[in-house]
Amino acid sequence: MSERGRQTLVATLAGIAAGWLAFALLVWIYGESPREVAGQLLAGTWGMAYGVGQVLYKATPLLLTGVAVDLALRAGLFNIGAEGQLAVAGLAVGTVGASLPPGTPAWIALPAVIAVAPIAGAAWAGVPALLRARFGAHEVISTIMMNRIAGAAVGLALARGLAVPGTVRTPDVVAGARLPRLEALGLPSLHGSAVSVALPLALVVAVLAAWWLARSRIGRETVLVGLSPSACAAERIPVARRVGGALVLSGAVAGLAALAPVLGYKGYYESGMGAGAGFGGIAVALLGRGHPLGLLLAALLFGTLEQGGLAINARVPMEVMTVLQGVVIVAVALADARVRAYVAGSIALPRRSRGTPP
Amino acid sequence: MSLLASLLSVTMLAQTLRMAVPYVCAGLGGVWSERSGVVNIALEGILLAGGLGGVVAHVATGSPWAGVLAGALVGAGIGLVHALIVVRGRVDAIVSGIAINLAAAGGSRFVLRSLYDSSSNSPPVDGFRSALLGGAGGGALLVRTLVDPLTIVTALLVVATGWTLYRTRFGLRVRACGEDPVASASVGVDVPRVRLLAVSLGGAICGLGGVALAYDEHQFQSGMSGGRGFIALAAVILSGWRPGRAAAACVAFAALDAAQILVQDQARAASGYVAQMLPYVATLVALWAIARRRGAGAIGGRPPAGLGRAAD
Repeated sequence: MSERGRQTLVATLAGIAAGWLAFALLVWIYGESPREVAGQLLAGTWGMAYGVGQVLYKATPLLLTGVAVDLALRAGLFNIGAEGQLAVAGLAVGTVGASLPPGTPAWIALPAVIAVAPIAGAAWAGVPALLRARFGAHEVISTIMMNRIAGAAVGLALARGLAVPGTVRTPDVVAGARLPRLEALGLPSLHGSAVSVALPLALVVAVLAAWWLARSRIGRETVLVGLSPSACAAERIPVARRVGGALVLSGAVAGLAALAPVLGYKGYYESGMGAGAGFGGIAVALLGRGHPLGLLLAALLFGTLEQGGLAINARVPMEVMTVLQGVVIVAVALADARVRAYVAGSIALPRRSRGTPP
Repeated sequence: MSLLASLLSVTMLAQTLRMAVPYVCAGLGGVWSERSGVVNIALEGILLAGGLGGVVAHVATGSPWAGVLAGALVGAGIGLVHALIVVRGRVDAIVSGIAINLAAAGGSRFVLRSLYDSSSNSPPVDGFRSALLGGAGGGALLVRTLVDPLTIVTALLVVATGWTLYRTRFGLRVRACGEDPVASASVGVDVPRVRLLAVSLGGAICGLGGVALAYDEHQFQSGMSGGRGFIALAAVILSGWRPGRAAAACVAFAALDAAQILVQDQARAASGYVAQMLPYVATLVALWAIARRRGAGAIGGRPPAGLGRAAD
């Protein structure tokens, strides 16, 4: 087995073991049987067609935010801002979708609303990207600030006329702008679950992103900038532009994550919709470690936890799952660092540095 | 009363001081951690967990001081965990911080539901408010805030942090580890140990901030930290990692909060959202201004040179 493969295996096993331990401990403290609750969790997710559909639905935005965070990580950036980028994109998609003329055919309406999401997400990521690329301001702080501003700005926009009066939701989008559910496309067994065409769309984006990083000139340069900005600067690669571009692209992908809830499920945007997927995306990216298949599996895992939380909520508070997320993140990162230190002990590996501007 | 008059009133001063306590505590926590070289975005989670720990102990024992102790201990514990993960485990501090914030957000709801059968808030607690000093006016609020033990403790902690950091051997070591961990280790300083101590100490102070927040509301509410940890961290960065200035920046952010309350009283509705955004927009602008002045590469002020670097 390759060194990288072994590292992935160790980290994955550590994550699963720590997650299970934390789950068992918390459920036991709460006074329930971990095995029974875990059984209920599985039965409510992968044990029934509706559950599977719901897991896939929850995994869709997580996969996209995971890809978004991963894209930025490859350039040496931490995009903590997916949460805000998703919220702003959701509002934009809902608003544009509702303001189209009622009879707009799907072949015009769908491309139009789908294009709105990445534009809005990219615009929201544009501010930290500019601050980072042009002035060197740290993206972690600025994206956190942009998340908070997004929360207030979306609230303000809804209060100032974008919402149906008296509510915190936008009007329904026109029929042509809805993403069809998979159950309507020959998978009737997923009956009632909210998984939609947004899922295959997300898969395509994940593969495209991986292809872009590995095969395109700008994508490869972005990865190189993440590995060693100073070497890239010496090779006359425009480091600041690649760094800024990666963050904007990351925001665009995070914006796409708004499509599943807004167009695939509810048909309108509502305050708080998609909340948590931005931070979940960080967990997915750390677990998926730069491979589309890894990102998909990680998104499915956290989608399962999220849906599973609902399935067990009557017996054990579903917030257990949020704690699990934190534990899994730390366990994977710890195992990863251990293996890395072990490998570095035998062969001198260049330390992977986080990108700094020139 | 006109807007300007109310912004210059005693009520405004009292509200600012009241809101400042959690910010300042979290800011001092950030200074301790980052001056030793450990990035700390877990302040948000520590505020939350410290507040919950304080309320749980207060409810259980009936003593507000037990709550203060518990909040500080919980804060120190989480700080220690963060430091262990980062210093001993060599995990990126941002990753650890995000995980801790997630666990604190979920964990606090879990504890609320386990203990009090509600995932949104705890039973009411008295905190330190004495019935003798009742009254609704700005003057009464100012007096109540000034005699609140947590306000006094916080003010003392600002002075103590500055003094310890700049005038004692331990403070010198903390700063040395933050500036150059390799050189510190080479002259015999146990860098991991100093960092564990400094981050735990910072966590304890930040935990006190959580207790102050909860006592002020007379109960714990889930998610009640509301971004204060992040704002405090921004204050630390804007102040150039200096305790006195960080505390001053925290008070300034608290003044924005206080103004928001007053403006809401006056104008209502939409302006509330604008006021909510203000501290964050102000931080972004300040980040931009400082980065621009110092040239590319600087975050703001001068960060400890060894921030995020290991000793070997």
